[in-house]
Parts: sequence; C-alpha cells; structure tokens
Amino acid sequence: MNTPNPNERLRKLSLKERYAHLTRGLDWQPTYQDKKKIFPFTDYEGIKIHDWDAFEDPFRLTMDSYWKYQAEKERKLYAVIDSFAQNNGQMNISDARYINALKIFITAVSPLEYAAHRGFAHVGRHFEGVGPRIACQFQAIDELRHAQTQIHTISHFNKFFDGLHDPLHMYNRVWYLSVPKSFFEDAITAGPFEFLTAVSFSFEYVLTSLLFVPFMSGAAYNGDMATVTFGFSAQSDESRHMTLGLEIIKFMLQQDEGNVPIVQKWIDKWFWRGYRLLSIIAMMMDYMLPKKIMSWKEAWEMYFEQGGGALFNDLSRYGIRLPKYHEVAKAEKDHYSHQAWSTFYQYSHASAFHTWTPSEEEMTWFAEKYPASFNQLYRPRYDYWAKAEADGKRFYNNGLPQLCQVCQIPTFFTEPTDPTRISTRTKIYNGERFYFCSDGCHDIFEDEPEKYLQSWLPVHQILQGNCGGTTVPEVLDWYHLNQGADNFDYLGSPDEALWENWQSARKRVIAS
Amino acid sequence: MTTTAIGTYTFPSRDRIENFHGLQLVYFLWDKHLMFSAPITLVLPPTLPFSEILGEVLPNLYGAHPQFAEIDWSTVEWELDGVAFIPMPTLTLTALGIDHKSLLRFRTPGLEGLAQASF
Repeated sequence: MNTPNPNERLRKLSLKERYAHLTRGLDWQPTYQDKKKIFPFTDYEGIKIHDWDAFEDPFRLTMDSYWKYQAEKERKLYAVIDSFAQNNGQMNISDARYINALKIFITAVSPLEYAAHRGFAHVGRHFEGVGPRIACQFQAIDELRHAQTQIHTISHFNKFFDGLHDPLHMYNRVWYLSVPKSFFEDAITAGPFEFLTAVSFSFEYVLTSLLFVPFMSGAAYNGDMATVTFGFSAQSDESRHMTLGLEIIKFMLQQDEGNVPIVQKWIDKWFWRGYRLLSIIAMMMDYMLPKKIMSWKEAWEMYFEQGGGALFNDLSRYGIRLPKYHEVAKAEKDHYSHQAWSTFYQYSHASAFHTWTPSEEEMTWFAEKYPASFNQLYRPRYDYWAKAEADGKRFYNNGLPQLCQVCQIPTFFTEPTDPTRISTRTKIYNGERFYFCSDGCHDIFEDEPEKYLQSWLPVHQILQGNCGGTTVPEVLDWYHLNQGADNFDYLGSPDEALWENWQSARKRVIAS
Repeated sequence: MTTTAIGTYTFPSRDRIENFHGLQLVYFLWDKHLMFSAPITLVLPPTLPFSEILGEVLPNLYGAHPQFAEIDWSTVEWELDGVAFIPMPTLTLTALGIDHKSLLRFRTPGLEGLAQASF
C-alpha cells in the first residue's frame, strides 16, 4: 500500500491554476430556487450571454496576490504621506492657487470612488458569471481603497487650507457637485451591463486619461508629491479597471449580435455624459494649475481624437462606431474650459473653491494654445472683469443659472457652429417642459424621460425651498460652506494670506 | 421610449409646478451678452404682468451690464421657447402663455455685447 508521505510538500499551484480554481467550477446550478430570483438583473437589459466562461480576465487576479500586492503599495504610500507631512510638503507647492484643484478633486472625484465601490460591489454580486463577478469584486475593493487613500492624502492639506473640510456632505448638496453625483447615480441605477459600459468602458477606458492624468501630472508639476504618490499607487489598479472595461465590451459584442445596438446606444450615452462631466476637469487643467501640463484642447486631441479614434477603429469589426456627437466635442474644444471658468468666476460667491482672473502670462499661454478663440472671445472678458475688480466693482451674477435636466451643468455651452450663441434644447414630456444644454443630453432624456424627470436639480431645489432657506447665505450654510473663507476670489482669501505669510517667512530666512 | 427597468417605472416629476407653492419658473436669456454665462432661473407668480418683468425683474438681473441702460425696449426681439413672440406689457405670464419652465430669449438689435466678443 502506498501511504502518502505527510512531510511531502504540495506543489504550489501556478497563477493560472489558482485563478482557474477561483473562477471555474465553484458555482452550482440551483435546484430548489429559480435562478432568475438569484440573479434578477441578468436579462432585463436585453443583453444575451450564451457562455459566461468565455469571459477571460487577463490579469487572473487571486485573493492572495491581491492582498499582498496592495498591502505593499499602501505601506509605501503612507510612508510618503508621513514624510510629506514631516517635511512640511505643503510649503513646497508651486502656488496656493493649486490647492483649488485638490478642492475639486476631494469634493468631486473622491466621492465618486466611493460610489464606484458601491456600484462594483453590487454588480460583483449580481453578475451570473464568476469571472466578471470576481473582477468586479476586486474593483469594488480598489475603489474603496482609493476613496480612503485620497482622503488620507489630501487631509494633510485640510490642516492649512479652506474648502477641504467636508467633501462628502458637500457632494450631496452643493450645486455644481450634483454634476458628478448625478452622473454616477445614473450609472449605478442602471442594470449591471450598462453600469460596466458606463463606468468601466466609457469612463475608465475611454476618458480616464483625461481625468487622472491632469490631476496626477498636475500634482507632479506643482510640487504636490503626496498626491502624485497616490496616483502612482492607484495606477496599476486603474490599468486593471481599463482592461475590465475593454474586456466586458468585447465579451458582450462577441456573445450575441443582438447586443451590438444596445451597447452602441450605451456608448453614445456614456461618452456624452462623461464628456460633459469632464468640463470641470478642462477648467481645472487650463485655469487652476499654476504650472500647466498641456491645454484641454491638446489633451482632448491626444487622448480622445487620436487614442479614442484608434480604439473605435479597432471596435469597428464588431459593428461599433465612434460615439454620437463626438464631432460636437471636437467643435467645443476651443471653448470648453473658458466657458466653464467664466461661469464659476461669476458664481464665485457660491463655490467652495477660489476663482481669479488669469494673469497676463497665462493669457499669453491661452492665446498660443487657443489661437482660434482666446483673444477674440475670452481675453476681452478677463480684461473687463479685471478692470471692474480694480475699480472695486467685482462682477457677480445676481441670478441662479438654468441647469440642464440631464447633465445638471448650467446651460452655458454655446452652439457648436456659433460660439456667441448659448445652446439650449427643449422638449415637452407629459405636459411639462424640460431644458437641455445640447442634443446629446436631449437625446438621453428622450430615451428614458421617466428617469430624468426625477433629477434633483440644485437650482430648482433651492427655489422649492428645500435647501436651508431662500437667501444665498442660508443655502451656503446648508452646504457647510465656510463663508468668507471657502468662497470668493483667491485674492483676499485666508488661503492667500497664509501662503504669502509662508513666502515672506522664507524670504526672511534667506535674507538672514 | 420607456426606461429599461425590472418592473413598472413611473415617477412624478420632481419639478412639477405644484412643488413651487403657487409660483412658477421662468428662464431668461439675453442673447449676445455672455457676461451672463447661462440663462437665469427665476421663480415668479403666474399673475405677474409683463411690465414688471421689464421694469423690475430684468434690471435687477442684467443692470450691471453697461449696455443694459441703452436698450430701446420697442426694438427688442423676443422668443418664447424658440418661437417668435410679442409680449404685451399689461398681460400676465399666464395670459401670455409663458408656462412653467419656459425660456424667454431676447435680442437687442444694435447692442451685441462688449469688445465685439458678444460679452
């Protein structure tokens, strides 16, 4: 008889074998429960999957490797954050104006990471196939870690600068933060396949370079080594998320021809929603980084027109074309960031970050980067506003802006064919009138009006009396906005006073 | 189209007129004056005569613009939700057919914004 040797060590499984054990053959066919009850969201979107095992995760990630690798990365990140704090890294940034990019990041992006965690945890439960389920579960943990590590990284700046103190509360209430919030809630309330098309493909794969690169390169260019290190730490996760986005799209397209028009419709919708969301990033890149990386226009050309063009070329073999209205985005690239900043400038009293008129040096840079638009249309604004400011008549808009029913951005975009005419679209549904910023948003509404007539539009909510009161100071209190510190121009703000104080202390040290 | 959903999917509109306590919303937009970056939302009584819009509402919203004082109101061209429109100053919003969430867009011929930038 062959007795097994208890001392013999088992051969370690290869990565591929471990992944196979995790994702194949562990599931069972239910006998006394209806499968539809266990996975109620599989079919209703109309996507047909014939073979779930055909989904291949190219990373073949398993629990043990995930834990080990992530723990290592986070040890390094927290070591850098500690040394950044000990060395007063906040004093070595390019200029305190840069902190306003972090204010956007912590209030508009970090809460999205948390929302993404919830979304991926949900689909990580509800996908019928184990492969995509596991991939989504890992991503759910990634997103939670990202929300946490971002808050930990940026919390150091909260010790010194205004506007960073209550990001999650602000995310749920502040008028412009309804733009990212409604974007994500639209995705999370869709079915699992649309959610992945929205977040994993359209956002993470197609548009993420336009979100992540500006913030992380922006941090690097402007001396914020803590946030850069977060970026490096998240980078390997992000590439995994992008891969999931592409794989899931290909998987749907390969599984059934009938899936193609559904996927195309979602790509059209989520390209447009993602692109609109990026208007705030366009503004951040062009206006809020004291040391600039590249213009929004250059970034759009590089990452979407070229990079996205190649991607959609590749997907054309499945019958997928470029997203609808991509040509509108192309026409808007000369204006996008300028129109967004002009809007925030005139509503600076109601924003949790500071604004300013650009310096002469910056305007020269704009003129060079935007030869077709800046000197003609946008420089005259800043010249006029700067003069008004100097005369003690700083311009503020007295009224509340109209918001687009779908993207919830003030309808400040101009017609693609005429940058001097505000673009609005309207539709009557069930006897009620609705307004939109563009054909893109109009079409999204038209496809699912019942969804968007529930939009929580901050301006309308204020006027219904649901936001703490009828005056601006009451509403701002309800936002937890620290008035006189968080809002208004950078010039004259406590942020500026603190920064100037550090700079003069430094000069005194050098002089002595 | 109906919303793709797992069951019946109907909801009341969040901005239906009943939610505005007897008032209604009206949006205003002064063409070629991008100093005001987007249309402006106001909550108004449906019984408001148009003369008050001209005399009170618009000066408060747009008075900061140097061209506002120069407007000759008899030459102003109006559009209500994209359709040419002639407002009678004595009539109310309701009588003029300015419904909840209507957009009034007006153009001031000869006054096309500052610095030839439609600003």
